Amino acid sequence: MVFAFRSFAAALALSTVVGIGAAGAVQLNLHNGGDVASLDPQRLSGDWENRVSGDIFEGLMTEDAKAEPVPGQAESYTLSDDKLVYTFKLREDAKWSDGEPVTADDFVFAFKRLLDPANAAEYAYLQYAIKNAEKINKGEITDLDQLGVKAIDDKTLEITLEQPTPYFLGSLTHYTAYPLPRHVVEEKGGDWVQIDNIVTNGPYRPIEWIPGSHVLTERNPEWYDTESLAIDGVKFFTLEDNAAALRRYRAGEFDIITAFPTDQYAWLEENMPGQAHVAPFAGLYYYVLNSTKPPFDDAKVRQALSMGVYREVIGPDVLGTGELPAYGWVPPGMANYDGPDIKVDWSELPYQEKIEQAKALLAEAGYGPDKPLNVTLRYNTDDNHKRVAVAIAAMWKPLGVNVELLNTEVKVHYADLRQGDFEVARAGWLADYNDPDNFLNLLKSGVEMNYGGWSNPEYDRLLNEAAASVDMEARADLLKQAEKLAMDETAAIPIYFYASRSVVSPKISGYEDNAFDIHRTRWLTKAE
Amino acid sequence: MLAFALRRLASTIPVLLIAVTACFFILRLAPGGPFDQERALPPEVMANLRAYYHLDDPLILQYLRYLGRLAQFDLGPSFVTKDFTVARQLAIGLPYTLILGGTAFLVAVLGGIAAGICGALYQNRAADYVIAAVVMAGLVVPNFLVAPILQLVFGIKLDWLPVGGWGDGSLRFLALPVIVLALPHVARISRLMRGSMIETLNANFVKTARAKGIGRRRIILRHALRPALTPVVSYLGPAAGYLLTGSIVVEQIFGLPGIGRYFIGAALNRDYGMVLGTVIFYMVLIVVLNLLVDLAYAWLDPKVRTR
Repeated sequence: MVFAFRSFAAALALSTVVGIGAAGAVQLNLHNGGDVASLDPQRLSGDWENRVSGDIFEGLMTEDAKAEPVPGQAESYTLSDDKLVYTFKLREDAKWSDGEPVTADDFVFAFKRLLDPANAAEYAYLQYAIKNAEKINKGEITDLDQLGVKAIDDKTLEITLEQPTPYFLGSLTHYTAYPLPRHVVEEKGGDWVQIDNIVTNGPYRPIEWIPGSHVLTERNPEWYDTESLAIDGVKFFTLEDNAAALRRYRAGEFDIITAFPTDQYAWLEENMPGQAHVAPFAGLYYYVLNSTKPPFDDAKVRQALSMGVYREVIGPDVLGTGELPAYGWVPPGMANYDGPDIKVDWSELPYQEKIEQAKALLAEAGYGPDKPLNVTLRYNTDDNHKRVAVAIAAMWKPLGVNVELLNTEVKVHYADLRQGDFEVARAGWLADYNDPDNFLNLLKSGVEMNYGGWSNPEYDRLLNEAAASVDMEARADLLKQAEKLAMDETAAIPIYFYASRSVVSPKISGYEDNAFDIHRTRWLTKAE
Repeated sequence: MLAFALRRLASTIPVLLIAVTACFFILRLAPGGPFDQERALPPEVMANLRAYYHLDDPLILQYLRYLGRLAQFDLGPSFVTKDFTVARQLAIGLPYTLILGGTAFLVAVLGGIAAGICGALYQNRAADYVIAAVVMAGLVVPNFLVAPILQLVFGIKLDWLPVGGWGDGSLRFLALPVIVLALPHVARISRLMRGSMIETLNANFVKTARAKGIGRRRIILRHALRPALTPVVSYLGPAAGYLLTGSIVVEQIFGLPGIGRYFIGAALNRDYGMVLGTVIFYMVLIVVLNLLVDLAYAWLDPKVRTR
C-alpha cells in the first residue's frame, strides 16, 4: 500500500512538474481508444498501440505523412539483382534516447528476439518474409543465427529474404521491425520496458504511463531530427467510449479523436464542418460462410446470399458514414496491384434483378417458399455490427431466408469462428502491409484466418505461384486471377471497405488522410 | 473488540479460498481465451503464447500453481497489460479508485443525511417535496444518462468543468464523476435518514426532551441524530462497496483510471490473473468495510455492544 501511494504521489508530482516544465510547450492531446498493452514493440497487436509505438521507436523505414514508407533509421539501402538481399546503411547520427548509438546489432538482436518462440511475440509472423524466420518461430530451426539478418559492421545491416517480397520495405515500418536497445534489455531484463528504464530511438520518448488513463511522451532530444518537431509531446488518452471522446473533443480537451459514433457524422458535418475525416481505409468488412457444412458447401447458396446484400445502402444509410460497397476482396488502391479492381460479374445489376437471380439460385439449391433456408448469423458486440446484421437479415427476408441473429462478445465470437462453430458470421480484416496478398491469404486453404474453410486448389496454386514470382506484373495478374476465382465462387461475402473515422481540430495541420490511418506526430503542427 | 475484529478477518480466509477456486474454474469454463481476437494468430504463435503463460498445463496444475503464488502474495502476470503484474496494476489503480470512491462516499453520506434531515423537519411541505423529487431523479435516472447530460451542460455549454480525465486530481476534475457516482446513494441515504428521523422525532425520549424545554437544534443534534443514524450506518458498508466497485461506468465515461475499469476490461479480455486479482481485492475490501460498519454500529447502538 505504501508503494501504491508513493507511486501515485510520484505520478501526481511528475504530472505537475511536466505541467510546469512544459509551460509554453506544445502538447498534442490524442484520443487513442484502448489501453496500450505494452511499450515493448514486440508485445503489441493493435492500431492504438501502433500510434504510441511508432512515435517512440523508429525502424529502418518509417512512414511519411501519407503513410508511405520512407527511410527512417536507415540512410539508404541496396537490393541484390535476385531481389533477395537488402543491405541497409544506418544513419551515423541514429542514437538511443540515452545517447548510445543505434547499431546494426540492435536490429539483429531485435529480430532474433521477435522470432524466438520462447518470447511468444503475437505478431512475429509479420516478418516471415525474412529467411528462416518462419522455421525459427515454429521451432523447426533452433539456431537463431540461421535467421537471415546480419550485422556487417556497426552501421551496415544485411537482410536476406525467403523469396522476393515487394512489400518488404513497407513491412519494415511495422513495430515488429523496430530495433531494441540491446544494452538496456540485457541489463534490465523484462524490466527494460518500465517507464524509468525504457530507452527509445524515435522522435519521442515515454515519460509517464497510467493504465486506464494515458501514456505521456516528450520530445527525444537525441533523435536525429528533433529540431524539426513542432509538437513537444503527446498525451495518448485511453478512452473506449467514442461518444464520451466526442464530448471531450467538443470541450476542447482533445485535439484529435480517432473514432466517433457513426450516427454523429451528420451532426459533425453540420456543426463542425471539415473536422470529421472519413477516409477510405485499407480494410474489408465481410461475412464468412461455413463452407464445410451444408447448405453453405453449395456455391449457389453462397452466391444467393451474397447477391441478396444491398451493399449500396449499408455505407450511406445503415452506417451513415458512406463506406464503399465491396464486390471484390482487395480494397481499392493497394500497392503492387495495378489495373482495374476485381468485382463479381453481377455487381452492376439493379438490386431487384439481383434478388430475382438469388431466388432462382436458392430454388436450384432446393430452397423456396416450401422449404425456407434457416440461417444463424453471428456477430460480435458492437453497435455497427448489430446494425449491419439487422439490415442484412431484412435484406435476406425476401429471398425466403429466415435469419436468427446471435450476438456474443469478441473473445467468444472469434474462438467459435476458429473452431468452425458457426453458419454465417461477421469478420473483418485491416491490412498489415500494403499488398493484396495480405487479404487474399485469408482465403487460402489451411490458413488460420480462413474461418469458413473454403478451399480451392487452383486458388492456392495461383497464390503460391504469385509468391514465387519476381515479375511484378505477372504477380499482380496471378493474384487478380485468384481474386476473381474466389469471388465467382463466393468464398465469403465481402460487404464494404472500411473507412477511418477521425475528428481533427482546425488547430492541427499536416494531417493527411491515408489508407492506413497512420498519422505520425512528427508531421503534425498545432497552432495555439 | 480487537479479538472480534481479528476473528472476523480470519474467518474470511476459507471464504476467500472458495471464491478464488470457484472464480478460477468458472473463468476457464467461459468460452474464448485471452488470445482469441479479431486477427487470428497462427497456431505456432498461439502455442508459443500458451506455453509462455503455462496455459497448456493441466488445469489442476495451473490452479495449484496459482494458489502457491497467492500464498506468497503474488497475483501473477496480466495477459493484457503486459508490462505490469496484476499486483502492480492494482497498486497503480487503487489510489484513483479510493479517491474517487471515497469522495463520492463523503458526498453521498453528508448530502444524503442533510437531505434526509431536511425532509424530516419539513415533512410534507414544499421543501420535502422538492428534495424528494430531486432525490428520486437521482435514483431512477441511470448514471450512463446523467453523466453525458452533466458533461454537455457543465462541460460544453457552460464550460465550467472539465468533461473528463483525471487532470491533476483536483476537485474541478473530480466534480462531475463524483456527483454522478454519489447521486443514487445520496438518494438512498436521504430516504433512510428521513424515515428514521421522523420516527425518532416521534419517540418518547424526544417528546420528553421537548417537554423539558430543550431547544429544537439541540434536540436534533444531541438527542435524535445518533439513534436516527443507525439504519443509515447499516447501509454504509454496502454503499462504500458499491461506490468503490461500481464506479466502472463512471470511470469509462470520464476516462478515469481505476480498478473497476481493470476488472471489466480483464473479464472481457479473459485476463484470468487480473480478474482473480480484482476479485480478491474487492472481497478483502468488502470484508473490511463490513467489519468497520459493524464496529460503528456497535458504537452507535449500545444494544448491539451488550449482545
